[in-house]
Order: sequence, then structure tokens, then C-alpha cells
Amino acid sequence: MPAVAETLNTVESLTQSSYKWGFETDIEMDLAPKGLSEDTIRLISARKEEPDWLLAWRLKAYAAWQTMQAPGWGKIGHPPIDFQDVHYYAAPKKKPGPKSLDEVDPELLAVYEKLGIPLKERAMLAGVEVPDGGEADGRDGRPQIAVDAVFDSVSVATTFRSTLAKAGVIFCPISEAVREHPDLVRQYLGSVVPAADNFYAALNSAVFTDGSFVFIPKGVKCPMELSTYFRINAKNTGQFERTLIIAEDGASVSYLEGCTAPMRDENQLHAAVVELVAMDDASIKYSTVQNWYPGDANGKGGIYNFVTKRGACRGARSKISWTQVETGSAITWKYPSCILQGEGSVGEFYSVAVTNNHQQADTGTKMLHIGRNTRSTIVAKTISAGRSDSTYRGLVRVMPKASGARNFTQCDSLLIGDQCGAHTVPYIENRNMTAKTEHEATTSKISEDQLFYCRSRGLSEEDAVGMIVNGFCKDVLKELPMEFAVEAQKLLQVSLEGSVG
Amino acid sequence: MSAFLSIAGLHASIDDNGTRKPILNGVDLDVPAGEVHAIMGPNGSGKSTLSYVLAGREDYEVTAGTALFKGEDLLAMEPDARAAAGVFLAFQAPVELPGVNNANFLRTAVNAVRRARGEAEMDSMQFLKAARAQARALSMPEDLLKRNVNVGFSGGEKKRNEVLQMALLGPSLAILDETDSGLDIDALRIVAEGVKALRSPSFSALVITHHQRLLDYLVPDRVHVMARGRILRSGGPELAHQLEAQGYAGFLAEAA
Repeated sequence: MPAVAETLNTVESLTQSSYKWGFETDIEMDLAPKGLSEDTIRLISARKEEPDWLLAWRLKAYAAWQTMQAPGWGKIGHPPIDFQDVHYYAAPKKKPGPKSLDEVDPELLAVYEKLGIPLKERAMLAGVEVPDGGEADGRDGRPQIAVDAVFDSVSVATTFRSTLAKAGVIFCPISEAVREHPDLVRQYLGSVVPAADNFYAALNSAVFTDGSFVFIPKGVKCPMELSTYFRINAKNTGQFERTLIIAEDGASVSYLEGCTAPMRDENQLHAAVVELVAMDDASIKYSTVQNWYPGDANGKGGIYNFVTKRGACRGARSKISWTQVETGSAITWKYPSCILQGEGSVGEFYSVAVTNNHQQADTGTKMLHIGRNTRSTIVAKTISAGRSDSTYRGLVRVMPKASGARNFTQCDSLLIGDQCGAHTVPYIENRNMTAKTEHEATTSKISEDQLFYCRSRGLSEEDAVGMIVNGFCKDVLKELPMEFAVEAQKLLQVSLEGSVG
Repeated sequence: MSAFLSIAGLHASIDDNGTRKPILNGVDLDVPAGEVHAIMGPNGSGKSTLSYVLAGREDYEVTAGTALFKGEDLLAMEPDARAAAGVFLAFQAPVELPGVNNANFLRTAVNAVRRARGEAEMDSMQFLKAARAQARALSMPEDLLKRNVNVGFSGGEKKRNEVLQMALLGPSLAILDETDSGLDIDALRIVAEGVKALRSPSFSALVITHHQRLLDYLVPDRVHVMARGRILRSGGPELAHQLEAQGYAGFLAEAA
């Protein structure tokens, strides 16, 4: 992978130790008052002009949530979260549609610039009306990526709509999908992660404000990578995205999710839900690079990230693949899972979780083998540095009817320094005699020998660590789409700056 | 001619479960530019420690003495700065880097060193061309460039990979720590050719070896006998023949 060397070179310019994406944007916000109640939920629903069934669904989730306790089984510690001290709705104030980039709030454009969004896409994202034929078309050789930028709670705009529409693909903010495609949303919303699935999923179901909706119709291969940038921006604003991706028979899609967040002192709550549905022969590839503010070197601040991600392989030979590179957040609690229901369906989970300083991560996956000849692969790489603590927690459950099911799990931990922790908690429940499960686990340290070897060849200490860590993660990084792989490699190195010596 | 590498009164120790264990006990050694010097000596005499201390390994504490390279204080430099200054250590036991592609590792190293020396970096095409040519010269199968650094390499492949790195990094001082150990005769000749190809008035080598055979190919300008952390005797190439015939016992008795 020659990109590694190029990346390492690029990274030389990123060697400032402070959080690179730690900017805060000052745009007029429309904030709901702090606190959570039925009134808050009614307000959110009203602002979004939602149908009654959705309000009822939210209220039911809220009722369930009130009876639930925050889960305490994760190997994470944090002060109790005051759910009444959070704004549950924040939206940039609506302005009349700008006619050109000159009319767009320069703050917003600056954010896009920092996010690295190409200039011609920025206009569309900012809602500038583009004349026919003026659409960004990837002719400059860049791969086409459709971006649905979530700017706080409201999706500001969606690009490449017409290209996708021609293919029959629906890619829009979920609030828009509720209005434009209510039957689809109603059919699938909560069908993978029920409203009362767990404490944080119930909270999300009650108060989710936006997120992405993707529908790939029968037999369609999505013509481009889909990408969403989530940003947490307003003070004390929890983010509660809801993403729903449906691939009908024979359809396929690759979805990228990348996250950055401004630097901040207070802890910020994030509880997203992602649901994927794959029908016969469909495939969904969901990739994440998560780089939310992890708190400072002393453990102050940082994002609390409690996420429920689950995919249902409903159809025969369907496939769902999760790839994640997690470097950010003070606390990560996240288990992207696959329900392997369709005969011969395939679930994959490739993960790199990096923790440094005082970060805590408890992450892993669940593979539920229900159908015959279902297969799953789990490759989890955990890197701990500083005083951080990282846990892989996984469940492989083979149900009685899942004859011929197979699972392969590999968990590798890499320790940097002697004050961090790495833990592996694999649960394997096999109720079918013909099923095979394999589990391999290793724990290693970056050795002085390796570091010295690299440095004696001219690599700086940071470059040497980056090279060794990227090598350790290679099996996962190669699963990422190319443009994300490069970003992920940068992140790994930047996240571990100053962790050696 | 002023010394290219000048080591004087060098003492170094290693932490051995809390107690400091001295290994180098006053090494004096001058290597002029353009010369190849051999260091021979029994196991445990401090030969490898000397090579590690010169390359900047942190496990060793230098307690006294100096090492100047082209007039600069080598001991004050970080290991990567020493590499940029032109020092190269061929490891006795090359280290494995799982998941790190060999060609990528080499190119990153070459460009790091070139950058530090103010030279233009090599792009992928230039580098691959150069690396393939060198690999061929060392009779290395080309797939070694595609494999992970030293992972699953045979002993001989690891040693040849060290020489390949040396050739690409273009050092002005090469320290070869028993690079000939475990090589068959053909491989030994190839490695020796690799070193000889670098010989120039601005290149010196310090060759640590137990065997006469490598020196037959390289023909050192000077041979030093090291024992108990010091250079006991220095002489011309004939000294190596004397050692081969008589062993170290005589020298050790003389030094005692």
C-alpha cells in the first residue's frame, strides 16, 4: 500500500499536538430549551412537520426509556449524565436561499473548508442554486462521492441528487424521507433496532433529529460512494442521528461516515442509531472513521459516544460489512452487529480502536447466526496508549437452525507504554453441532527493537510508531474505501502523537 | 588525514536488573575515510554493544568517552539523525515488522534520509526502479520487496535485506554486525559484493565478524581485536589470518 508512505509524509505537516479539527463555528442557532419531556419531543416532531404515527412512535420510545436504566456492564466509567441538562434540538436558522457563494454565511463555508469538502460541492451543500449542467461531476478525476452534510441536527443539503435519482437511489435526510417516502420509512424504521432495544437506542428513538436515509432499489448498484459528515457543533447539544439504509434484492451500496468535532470543555452526549437492511443478494458496506474530540491529555472534556448500529441480513446470500476506525471520543460504547437471517448471508466486522491519554473504549460486535450456512468474520485491532483503557466485547451466537454456520474471530491488542489497558471479552454461544467458530487473540507491545530498527533507518519516532501501528492495522485498513484509508492512516498517527517515550 | 570516525575512551553500560553492568571499558578506535576496518573478538567482548552505541540504541548508557563522526558528536544525536548523517547499522538479528510492506518501509526510510540531507525525494517509480535493480544485484527474489519487513524471511534473506537497505540509503559509514553469520558461501560473496560496491574515498565500513572468509572478499585496511570491552590489538589484514590460525586465547592472556 504505497499510500502509507505518502500519508506519513503528509502527516509531517500535521504534527501539532492539539486537536486539529478543534474549531467551533459561530452560526445563529435555533435551540430548543434544555431538558427532555414529552413537550420537547412534541416540539421536535412539530419542527420537523412529522406525521402523527412518528410522534406516537417517539412518545412510545420515550415512555420505554423512562423505565430503563443506563447499561452498566461496559468497562467504562464516567460521572452520571444529566439528561435534563442537554439541548435536544438545534438547527441553523433558516435564511432565504442564497443565489451564489457570496451570499452564503462565510462561517459555514469555512467549516466546509476545514472538512476538506471540494469547492464545487460546497456551493451545493450551502444550498446555492446551480444552473443545469453546472453540477459537480467528478470530471477532475476525483472519485464521485455524494455528501449529505449533517450540520448539527439539520441536513443542510444533499449533493449529487440528480445522478442518484436517475439510478433510482434515494439518498436524503431522514426527516425529508419521512415526508417524501413515508411508507418506506414506516416499514423499516425500528425494524432492526426496536425503539426500546436499549437505553440509548430508546433515547435516540424519542428525540432523533436527523440523519441519512438511503434506499437502493432492486438490482441497482449504487453509482457512487455515499458519504455523510456528522458534526457536533452547538454547545450542550446532544446529537441523536438516525440512519436507515435499505438495499433491495440484488442491490449494493457503500456508505462512508466520517466525523470530526470542535474542541470543547464540556462532555457532549452522542447517541446514534444506524439500521441496515439487506434483502436477497444485496450488499451493504458501511465504513466509519470516527475522530470526535477525545478530551485533553488530562481527561478533561470529550465526547460520550453511545451508539447502536445493527444490520439485518434478511435475504439469502445478503452481505453486511462494517468497517470502523475509532480514534476519537472520551468514551466509546459501540457494537455494530449483524443479524444473519437469510440463508448463506455474510456478516463482517473490521475494527481499529485507538485510545490514548484517558480515553475509554468498549467496542466490538455481535454476530447472530440464524439462517443456514451463514458466515461471519470479525477482525478487531485494539491499540491502547497513555492511560487509556480499551475493551473488545463480542458475541457470536449460533442458533439451533444455523446448520453449517461459520465464524472466524481475530482480536489483536497492541499496547504502547505500561499504563494502558487492553481487554478482550469474547462470548461464543454455539447451539448447532455443525457450526464452526474460531477465535484467535494476541496481545503485543511495540517493542524497543522495532522502534530502534525503524529509527536507525532514518524514521522519526512518530513516523516509526505510525508505521508499526499502520502495519498492525493493515488487515482492517485495507477494507476501507481508498480515500478513507488515507484519512484513517493520518488519524492513527495523529492520535498516537507523543504516546512513546 | 583526519579521522572520519573517531572513538576515544568510550565506556558504556547496560541496566541489568537494577545494577549497571559495564560492557565497553574504554574503546579507542579511529577509522579514516575510505577505509574498511574489521573488528574481531570472542563472544561477549562488546562488539555488538559498540555497534548499538554508535547507532544510538537507548538501552545503553554511555558513561565516558566520545565518538566523533565527521567532526560531529555522534553520541548527542538521535538515532534517525545519525542515519541522516550517514551512519548505517546492519543488524545481526534484523527485526520483523508485521504488516509493514518492505518496499514501502524502504522508500519511507530513503525519503526520510534524503529529506534530512536536503536531497530530492524519490517518487514511487524512481524508487521501485532503484530497489529492483539493487535487489537483482543481491540476487534477492523480487517478491521480498512486496512482503512484510523481515517477516517469514530466511536468515540469508534477512541479511540480504539489510544489505539492500544499506545500498539504497547510501551511508558514508556502514557498521555490519556479523552480517556474514549464517550465510552460505554464495550469499556471503553477494553480501561482500554489496559492501564493495559502496567503497569510495568517502565511505568507510566497520565490519564485525567471526570469520576470515568475509575478510577474504572485503580485504580490510585494518583489523582490530576486541575483548573485555576494549580494542586489544590492531594490525593489517594479516592479523585476521593470525587469529584464524591461533584463536583468541593468546591475545586474551596477553591482555590479562
